Amino acid sequence: MDRDAVETVSLRWLRRLVIAVFLVVTVFPFYYMLVLSVRPIERLLLDPGALVVGFGELTVATYAEVLKATADGGQGFLTFIRNSGLVAVAATVLTLVVAIPGAYAVARLRFFGRRQVDFLFLAVYLFPSIVIAIPLFVVFTRAGLRGSLFGLVLVYISQTLPVSVYMLKNYFETIPVSLEESAAIDGAGRLGIIRRVSLPLAMPSIMAVALYDFMIAWNEFLFALLFLVDKPDRWTVSLGLSLLADGVEVPKTVLMAGSVVLTLPIVILFFASERLLTEGLTSGAEKG
Amino acid sequence: MTTTAPGPGRSPTRERPAPPRRRPLTLRRRESRAGLALVAPTLLVTIAVIGIPIVWTVVLAFQRVRLATLRKTGLFGEFTMDNIDRVLHTPGFADTLWVTLIYSLGGTVGSIVLGLVAALVVRRPFRGRTLVRASMLLPYVAPVVAVTFVWQVMLDPQLGIVNHWGQRLLGWDAPVPFLSQESTALATVIAFEAWRYFPFAFLFLLARLQAVPGELEEAARVDGATPTQRFRHILLPQLLPVIALLGVLRFIMTFNKFDDVYLLTGGSAGTEVVSVRVYDFLTARTDIGAAAAQAVVLAVVLIVFVLIYLRFFGRRVG
Repeated sequence: MDRDAVETVSLRWLRRLVIAVFLVVTVFPFYYMLVLSVRPIERLLLDPGALVVGFGELTVATYAEVLKATADGGQGFLTFIRNSGLVAVAATVLTLVVAIPGAYAVARLRFFGRRQVDFLFLAVYLFPSIVIAIPLFVVFTRAGLRGSLFGLVLVYISQTLPVSVYMLKNYFETIPVSLEESAAIDGAGRLGIIRRVSLPLAMPSIMAVALYDFMIAWNEFLFALLFLVDKPDRWTVSLGLSLLADGVEVPKTVLMAGSVVLTLPIVILFFASERLLTEGLTSGAEKG
Repeated sequence: MTTTAPGPGRSPTRERPAPPRRRPLTLRRRESRAGLALVAPTLLVTIAVIGIPIVWTVVLAFQRVRLATLRKTGLFGEFTMDNIDRVLHTPGFADTLWVTLIYSLGGTVGSIVLGLVAALVVRRPFRGRTLVRASMLLPYVAPVVAVTFVWQVMLDPQLGIVNHWGQRLLGWDAPVPFLSQESTALATVIAFEAWRYFPFAFLFLLARLQAVPGELEEAARVDGATPTQRFRHILLPQLLPVIALLGVLRFIMTFNKFDDVYLLTGGSAGTEVVSVRVYDFLTARTDIGAAAAQAVVLAVVLIVFVLIYLRFFGRRVG
């Protein structure tokens, strides 16, 4: 056999092996999370290596405990879910309201400073969030916004805006100008054009951006920690889970149930929209 | 905003009659006004929540501010170099910077190498490819708090599965406290970083790989190039610009990272990165001035690194 054949054959097998390894490495932690969340803590301590759950030991008591309100002896995750959901939805909607016109303008209209806007967003996107956190911490403390979900929403909007505008802008640029021009000839004004022509055409991209914003806001940790730590009834799921995990009182299996509760919405959303999202995120990548 | 938005459906020709006191706006100027009006909310939010805070951090870095004295301090109190001086000479500062650098480099290289391998193996279609690709993105989209928690439990010396099987199958003498001993903590955190962010590199590299024209490889094959040679001489040169770009992006993002290290180790066992240190100054010591000074140092160091990088690789990135 010549070198080419040897390489081709061995690489074919190597490739399968590597794919398998990648699958295990990426999926296993999530599988492990799920398995631990339905095992009683005593069983886990006895046999930490088990990879499957026996029928006898399967339990959902962990979920009951993590979801129940603290008054009923649970960990109050239902409240956290409500907080997280509220914050994430509000941040998503408001980001879109701000980002869509902005992205349209950057993509279509020539105005003073248009080129600088791009650079500004990149700089903002890459700037350390801890640098921004300090004065926000100060301001929110002064303004009494610490501990308010509204303050958090405001921060999340600013965090998701750069990428949202960037993604939407890229998409708007792919819509043929001639479509908008024909609408203009038919008598539509600028806002009419945006509403009747550009928006419907950009719907896939808008959905992708909405999903991205929702995920960022749902997953966010640092700002929630800085602003909400003193108010347990305002905690988001991420914050609640991390703070409870610091202590020793709550069994690990119960917290695993909490992790599943935190992760599941994101995973469902992600698998439902994977194609949309990955294409949206990398749509600008080919150029680079 | 209402003053600048042009009226709907008005064409410039209709505005001509009657000698106007003000000259009607040209289409070009109307477009410019509409553009500014539409982009204004975005700019306002960005400036209010990001621009002003950045400037303010710089101001705070040169003031003596603590959370307790906050109400008394104005925006333009007396300025002092104390904070910067204190930050640069506090024990542990150089260590923190060094750890941050190792962590960022390790995380960047690790995630790009993993991402490259992943992109290469799923490049060609096979059954179940969509599912494999989606699964590979899981670490990146899952909530950071959940994945760090799972890693903590997996690596736990008592009930973690890694130590259990390590002792059983690999013959480890004693459980390894991966995240709490100096010799392994930083490496573990870097491994986590590579695991969590390789999908980012993977996405970009895969998109670029798929844009490489098939004829290029075909021609090389006809000329007798083996698969590894084709990778080395055809694919890699095509990928280099993306790899260089990913290098900057990942380095910057890792350098700024707070959540991952804070959640995994809390900055103990030799893993204290600058962001975690800033957070400690801010909350535990409530020393806002020092925290701000630290943050400014972080930003300056970062900018210097990026400039150096761009100097060497600038042409490739561009």
